[in-house]
Amino acid sequence: MAERAARFFDRNAQWLFPLPAVVAIVILILGPVLANVYISLHDWFIGGTPKFIGLGNFGRALSDLRFWNGLKNTFYFTGIAVPAEMVLGLGVAVLFNRDFRGKALVRTVSLLPMVATPVAIALIWALMFNPSLGVLNYFLEALGLHRSLWVANSQLAIPALTIVDIWEWTPMVALILLAALQGVPSEHYEAALIDGAGPWQAFRFITLPSIRSAAVVALILRAIDALKTFDIIYVITQGGPGTASETLNVFAFKTGFEFFRAGYAASLLIFLLVAVLGVSILLNSLRRSPA
Amino acid sequence: MSALPGTTPGPTGPGRRATPAGDKRRRRIRQAGIVVLMVIVLVIMLFPFYWMILTSFRNQVANTSPVPVWFFKPTLENYANVIGQNNFLAYTLHSFIIATLATGVGLLLGLPAAYSIARYKQNGLAFAILLARLTPYITYLVPWYLAFRALHLIDTYVALTATHLIVGMPLIIWIMISFFEEVPRDLEEAAYVDGASRFATFVRIVLPLSAPGIVAASILSFIFSWNQFLFSLVLSGPNTKPVPVAVFNFISYGEINFGGLGAAAVLITLPVVLLTLAIQRYIVSGLTMGAVKG
Repeated sequence: MAERAARFFDRNAQWLFPLPAVVAIVILILGPVLANVYISLHDWFIGGTPKFIGLGNFGRALSDLRFWNGLKNTFYFTGIAVPAEMVLGLGVAVLFNRDFRGKALVRTVSLLPMVATPVAIALIWALMFNPSLGVLNYFLEALGLHRSLWVANSQLAIPALTIVDIWEWTPMVALILLAALQGVPSEHYEAALIDGAGPWQAFRFITLPSIRSAAVVALILRAIDALKTFDIIYVITQGGPGTASETLNVFAFKTGFEFFRAGYAASLLIFLLVAVLGVSILLNSLRRSPA
Repeated sequence: MSALPGTTPGPTGPGRRATPAGDKRRRRIRQAGIVVLMVIVLVIMLFPFYWMILTSFRNQVANTSPVPVWFFKPTLENYANVIGQNNFLAYTLHSFIIATLATGVGLLLGLPAAYSIARYKQNGLAFAILLARLTPYITYLVPWYLAFRALHLIDTYVALTATHLIVGMPLIIWIMISFFEEVPRDLEEAAYVDGASRFATFVRIVLPLSAPGIVAASILSFIFSWNQFLFSLVLSGPNTKPVPVAVFNFISYGEINFGGLGAAAVLITLPVVLLTLAIQRYIVSGLTMGAVKG
């Protein structure tokens, strides 16, 4: 009996091995995504009886100023944070792409912002942003600049929040690009120098093309995560002041779990998912198009 | 500032026709500039951590001084308050239980799947897991909340483990694929020819050979579960509330106790930092879902 079971397993190992994970993925991931579509088609107050309303929630979103505000803030946040992380990340990678004592230590230290608990990071930045007692205003004054309200100013809330994201994720971009830089054979540079290329030309025509695919991967990963940012925004401003820093993700969260409108929240999340998918497909095409 | 981006400074700069002495001086200035920039980058990276630690050891008077107090007599009173008054140890225990359960179940489900993807090149399955990375976590949360509510599973370890699995299992699978690919097939075939079943081969040959990878994947999954905020915020309650949610609640109610928040932030982050030191090689490949080998 055990023999037969073992032989059955052997013959079907190919699908028996992944079976538990596939079941888990269907239940935990694919199922909820489909259920979310179903919920989005209903007027579904948590605790009440759901009523089918077709695409009513989607229509409602399109005429809801708060939806457009959330969409704008989502792209505003991503549009500042991600390009800044790419540029700074490249700069840091180039800066540290040399031999020096303590290289391993620097590597370890640069992991800290990305692994530290986001809630803890958000808390510390909230304290540093504090308009009256925060250390950032002290630095501004020490530099002879005016104090700022930081996240308490509705004009500045999103840019200030991007500082946290940039601090948190530039090291990851830098590490990805540094790994790519270290893969560029030094003969390429020597050949370029013999051909009379200057440092800028060497950078433009050798370094950049060699790290291109790594850079696109970093860009896609960062864009996906920046569009979905929740923790630091929700902990530091909860979307405020007013709705000044309310991204689509935060708006959807409040709709679902503070106002208990599951149907409307589900439709907002479908908009967000489409945005994330669209952006990642768009950025992925950078991988193939010629330099 | 750094004049030669992307290259290590060579002994001869291109296109320079300076005297040897002038060349040497210029090189010195450049080197100094590079060192200064490196120090600035490191200071920016570390400052929030430094400030967090400083805040945690200062009393409320020093913490609310309009001019930052850099030197002071450290106090443990913030730690004593956080641990003593706020059930902090209970929340830590909740965090630990959830992260351990999610990692354990994640390994049980994820290891065979990763092995299968590595052996049988099941790229479709790999792609499905990648899609999970794209979807905003709240998308899972709306249906899950409704389901757990109907099943009376809110504030249970079942609900928290299941949702934390969404974070941990894909991570485990991605890290383990490359480890399993490196196990020599000859060894497996030899065991198989000797009469061992596929499953026995997997358990007795493949898993032990991949032990370092399993350790790294487990730690990474543990860290991500420990850090998870969103699922816990909605699905936990007094019986299961993990540390990040508890700390978030500190700031939502009452006056801002700077020192207490600093101490709480240090206490949440400390285990993560220690675990990170143990597996630093794998952090980046984990965060990038294997797209980049750290």
